[in-house]
Amino acid sequence: MSTTTHQWPLWEVFVRSKNGLAHKHVGSLHAPDSEMALKNARDVYTRRSEGISIWVVPSAAITASSPDEKDPLFAPSDDKVYRHPTFYDIPDEVGHM
Amino acid sequence: MGETHSLEDRFQAFVEAENKVEPKHWMPDGYRKTLVRQISQHAHSEIVGMLPEANWITRAPSLRAKLILLAKVQDEAGHGLYLYSAAETLGTSRDQMIDDLHSGKAKYSSIFNYPTLTWADMGAIGWLVDGAAIANQVMLCRTSYGPYSRAMVRICKEESFHQRQGFEIMMHLAKGTPEQKAMAQDALNRWWWPSIMMFGPSDDQSPNSAQSMKWRIKRKSNDELRQEFIDKTVPQAEFIGLTIPDPDLRWNEETGHYDFGTINWTEFFDVIAGNGPCNAERLAARQKAHDEGAWVREAAAAYAAKQASRSARRPAQTHAA
Ligand SMILES: [Fe+2]
Ligand SMILES: [Fe+2]
Repeated sequence: MSTTTHQWPLWEVFVRSKNGLAHKHVGSLHAPDSEMALKNARDVYTRRSEGISIWVVPSAAITASSPDEKDPLFAPSDDKVYRHPTFYDIPDEVGHM
Repeated sequence: MGETHSLEDRFQAFVEAENKVEPKHWMPDGYRKTLVRQISQHAHSEIVGMLPEANWITRAPSLRAKLILLAKVQDEAGHGLYLYSAAETLGTSRDQMIDDLHSGKAKYSSIFNYPTLTWADMGAIGWLVDGAAIANQVMLCRTSYGPYSRAMVRICKEESFHQRQGFEIMMHLAKGTPEQKAMAQDALNRWWWPSIMMFGPSDDQSPNSAQSMKWRIKRKSNDELRQEFIDKTVPQAEFIGLTIPDPDLRWNEETGHYDFGTINWTEFFDVIAGNGPCNAERLAARQKAHDEGAWVREAAAAYAAKQASRSARRPAQTHAA
């Protein structure tokens, strides 16, 4: 059987669904360059007016945290209850704050 | 014993607590292998599934029908892509999967090895084949593997129009001339049994099912899904005045489900083994499309290389808009 051409790079696709919202990851695709990645992303991920703006990012450019170091990496934010408004006792008479 | 839990035990507890497994998580080899096989087969089914319908795009009876069929077939290509992408997160490559499909090593749903003889088949496929696929896919929205589950949510959103457009075709034919109604009935006769076979062998004949359920890859058994589909579909057939081709089909007051006749599993396994009416034709069509597209892929790669060497001489962009 014939083998396929050398594989095109993988791109991660982010779509802004409407004005004022952040771009959100929707999936990925292969494309030879960023221009084709954008066009393919439009065809594949926005066939039903799902977006008004698309970002494509080479998957290789993303650095991700590892799930194994999840605990130590995020631990510093778990023990700082004083970062949350509910930590403080303010009498009801003061009103909404 | 005591404190030490094996990785397998921790994984099992993790999925039982309804957590989603993500690509970088540790997972048992068997879990990964099962998913690669299942997701790639699912992707191949979306891609090969375009062929029986593509047969009718140029012969659709109206411009409206043609636009709808084109949109549906285009959706299936998208579904194939979402699923290939999900499988790739498990470490397999797109090229490997495509090669396995073309070499006949990988399987796809046996339903697509049946021919589409009349326009009514477009109705029967949308109504029954997409209908059965939806039952399975709705369940898979809750599968334990995150990327697969997310692909399924997307796919399910797009699928509902597929079944409705198919039912609409059947409804119009069933209300039409006696010839049109006969054409609809003939399509139902040919597609009914292969459609209910789509859910796979009975539970006692499908050894991997139990493990898949344990890992929360599957959430319902083949027989459960099949029964749900039959219970839903029989009244739809009655509504448009068509007859399900099963003399043993009857409502069972006690169970609250339809009883149905014996499925011809010999035919099912025969088609899976490659002896269906269109197995060779489908693979040949895939291979031909792939070979004839080679120059497009090469041209795109050459263009990308040229653009890259040009933009290397220009200053980089600074911020995404
Ligand atoms: Fe689909
Ligand atoms: Fe579909």
